[in-house]
Amino acid sequence: MSVRVLFFGLLTDIAGSGPHEFPLPEKCSVQDFLEALFQKWPALRDWDASLMVAVNLSYARRQEVIPPGAEVAVMPPVQGG
Amino acid sequence: MALPDFGAAGQESLRAARVLCLGAGGLGCPVMLYLAAAGVGHIRIVDDDSVDLTNLHRQTLFTDADIGRPKAEVAAEKLRAVYPGITAEPHVTRFTATSAMALSDGCHVLIDGTDNFATRYLSNDTAVLRRIPNVYGAIFRYEGQTSVFAPHLGGPCYRCLFPVPPAPGTVPTCAEGGVLPVLPGLLGMIMAAETLKLIAGIGQPLTGRMLHVDTLTMQFRELKLRPDPQCPACGENRTITAPQEVGSSCNLPAPPAPIPQLTVAEFRALPASATVLDIREDWELLLLPWARATLHIPHIQLAQRLGEIPPATPLVVVCSIGERSLEAVSLLRRSGHKNAVHLKHGLRGLDAD
Repeated sequence: MSVRVLFFGLLTDIAGSGPHEFPLPEKCSVQDFLEALFQKWPALRDWDASLMVAVNLSYARRQEVIPPGAEVAVMPPVQGG
Repeated sequence: MALPDFGAAGQESLRAARVLCLGAGGLGCPVMLYLAAAGVGHIRIVDDDSVDLTNLHRQTLFTDADIGRPKAEVAAEKLRAVYPGITAEPHVTRFTATSAMALSDGCHVLIDGTDNFATRYLSNDTAVLRRIPNVYGAIFRYEGQTSVFAPHLGGPCYRCLFPVPPAPGTVPTCAEGGVLPVLPGLLGMIMAAETLKLIAGIGQPLTGRMLHVDTLTMQFRELKLRPDPQCPACGENRTITAPQEVGSSCNLPAPPAPIPQLTVAEFRALPASATVLDIREDWELLLLPWARATLHIPHIQLAQRLGEIPPATPLVVVCSIGERSLEAVSLLRRSGHKNAVHLKHGLRGLDAD
């Protein structure tokens, strides 16, 4: 299957804003999806634990499974005010 | 305000409300201006910083004449000029674990317009403990995000989304990353609207949702959020029962030794062959060129461009005031540059000498 990946904020410096059509195995979890991203863009790994992932506009935890064709938004935490 | 569903009762609730505004910066300025104009009776302003020239394009309560004065005090004066009936209470201090409960005492809403993760986690925990809404906003370059964190209203808190603070140095501040001047105004308007709704008890607050704004495409994306039952601040088995300092390095091992720093005199005594790495952003170089640097890599790119730094001894890292250089040296030492040092107080220190 494939998903449509969007990056936001500082992550676009590493991976562009997308959307990227990204191939994934069936029943892929958010955690496994992130691991696949880190393989393609190693610099993203620095952010690992603090990334926010939204699948089809809903916040997704690491163990959740991504459905085929989903839009997956990957956002960094932002501190500026 | 002549508004259906608002009326005299809504106006009276604004007059009786006490709002805690953490940070009188890009977000705090527009939020407070509109809350005061709407008639919010009491605003407590916490900010330990002073007005700087580089703030003026986005921190719209301040003018050129205010440069050098404490932001909290200037903001309080401006709010009183807008609404003489207001009690504007400036606190020129940092919001810390020690002061958090006293500074939030009696407040009905907390506005998180802070500029660093340590204070964001602390303001979240304080709002959760006090069972008051945390009106959150954060900005970077052309993008912003805002939400109302309120576990007591059924929504998640900040820690439900971001349980772990990022490693120090990975995330730039507004000063380093830059921000489109109108962006904090846009986000601040939304935060002010949410605050007025929460106080007056009308509409549906932005709880359980995060609004992400991209001004380059002018797209607004709404993300659905859920509380995390395992959240240490608001979950079933919460472990945070009092405000605590959240160094953004709390998940990392303690640094083995203090970072060596050069005084101005030591810096001037360096041999001409020393590698001097300037990590200021490109726009800072335009404002203040500095010929002594032998290498320039902006701080936000440093982690990706370590390969460009020669294995030199000595290696001296310099920024504008010595804070980013301290973080950068820590990164460089972890990455094999065991002899990296930084210039204490940065270029400002050289200039003052």
